[in-house]
Amino acid sequence: MCGIVGLFLKNEALRPELGSMLTDMLITMTDRGPDSAGIAIYGDAQDGLKMTIQSDTPKVSFAGLDAALAEVLGAPVAIKVLDTHAVLSLPEGTEAAARAFLTARGLRIMGTGHSMEIFKEVGLPKDVAARFGIRDMGGSHGIGHTRMATESAVTTLGAHPFSTGDDQCLVHNGSLSNHNQMRRVLSAKGFVPQTQNDTEVAACYISSRLAEGANLGQALDGTLQDLDGFFTFVVGTRNGFGVVRDPVACKPAVMAETADYVAFGSEYRAFAKLPGIDDARIWEPEPATVYFWER
Amino acid sequence: MQTIDMATTSLRDLNALLQAQAAKTNQTAWAIENPRGAHAVAVGLDAPIEVTVKGSTGYYCAGMNKQATVHVTGSAGPGVAENMMSGTVIIEGDASQYAGATGHGGLLVIKGNASSRCGISMKGINIVVFGNVGHMSAFMAQSGNLVVLGDAGDALGDSLYEARLFVRGSVKSLGSDCIEKEMRPEHIAILTDLLARSGADAKPEEFKRYGSARKLYNFHVDHAGAY
Repeated sequence: MCGIVGLFLKNEALRPELGSMLTDMLITMTDRGPDSAGIAIYGDAQDGLKMTIQSDTPKVSFAGLDAALAEVLGAPVAIKVLDTHAVLSLPEGTEAAARAFLTARGLRIMGTGHSMEIFKEVGLPKDVAARFGIRDMGGSHGIGHTRMATESAVTTLGAHPFSTGDDQCLVHNGSLSNHNQMRRVLSAKGFVPQTQNDTEVAACYISSRLAEGANLGQALDGTLQDLDGFFTFVVGTRNGFGVVRDPVACKPAVMAETADYVAFGSEYRAFAKLPGIDDARIWEPEPATVYFWER
Repeated sequence: MQTIDMATTSLRDLNALLQAQAAKTNQTAWAIENPRGAHAVAVGLDAPIEVTVKGSTGYYCAGMNKQATVHVTGSAGPGVAENMMSGTVIIEGDASQYAGATGHGGLLVIKGNASSRCGISMKGINIVVFGNVGHMSAFMAQSGNLVVLGDAGDALGDSLYEARLFVRGSVKSLGSDCIEKEMRPEHIAILTDLLARSGADAKPEEFKRYGSARKLYNFHVDHAGAY
């Protein structure tokens, strides 16, 4: 099954509530997938780059990491440790050197960007959200996922969201049937999936299209031509939020919009605690139809 | 009027209470508050009671209904009134996929839109949708009537048996073995009755009828391409 939630705020005043709202939404979707959970949250943009990393041995791996990385980069590095994850703040232009250093140390890079941070782990949404303190995070938009694994193993790296480009992330309910072929096509273009997961291939596809100059709507539209299988995708970019379902549309989806926000849920239950939901416009996204919002 | 608040009453207790109502119960009017998208609300009812669900429901609301009238003031998730036997289910908002699937009888009224696979494998139920229906609606529908005041999506009535499909708006495409048929006086009579019972503001003469070409009932090599 899998459960997806997404929230794109239109009212700035709700920014401090984003993490709390997303957490409640994701917890209601727990019984759609108890294997792992994750949230990508678009917080305040900062100068320089944010890089979210993960380690199974955070105490050892993160100790002194900022100083060691700063020495290699020859520039200051800040670190914010949250359980198994840490968000590094790096100067512009140091991403490649930082990646090489961190990867050599056995650290996993969950995503990079100017505003996006990604937190995902094996476990129930309530536990995963609590470990990272998602409730206390503010931001402009975010997406979350609770997974019932089908295509690859239940691991941290197999959890959603997947990020394959700066400030880009994707969550998926469904399964792709041409992901091996697409993996080869995308790898040849330089977008190399890091896992055996089918969803990461879809994330790479979106990233490749955006890199070619497509806008979010065009990139999402491309999934209908180039990806085969079952999917409901929710995608985040630095300033955007999009949804697309395959033409068969057997994976559930419902959306809600008010003057304050646009929300996505696998089921209506996810919306039950949202402010003003009783007066929201509620609709089911049409099959093979792209929906996106940008600010 | 009995009121049950799902914020304080569990789903199982709610359904057990409603299912326990006898045919001659004096408690005929029920209101359910705070459904909050819960699954399987008011399923398996078998008494002439009227249940109003105040809000939106999740999967399988009013499934297997017999005799009861279930009225949802919001929208309904997938599989509303699935396998209904008799009674009436009314959805004020939209219904998600496979509304009224496999229903044997009764009347399902959806005042908004229904999404894909509405009335799939229907076996005698009557379904009236005030808005549009999505793709593959009435797939393998065996009997009963599907009335759509708006438009129908792709592959309407694919592999249809003897259900009657009435559409007032456009049909994006017809499925295999589904064809437009003439509207005869008996069909006008059926439509007049269903539109009146569902409170729909439409004239029977505005609809077109679709039904089975009856070429897929038995295997025939000339039709192999259509299977």
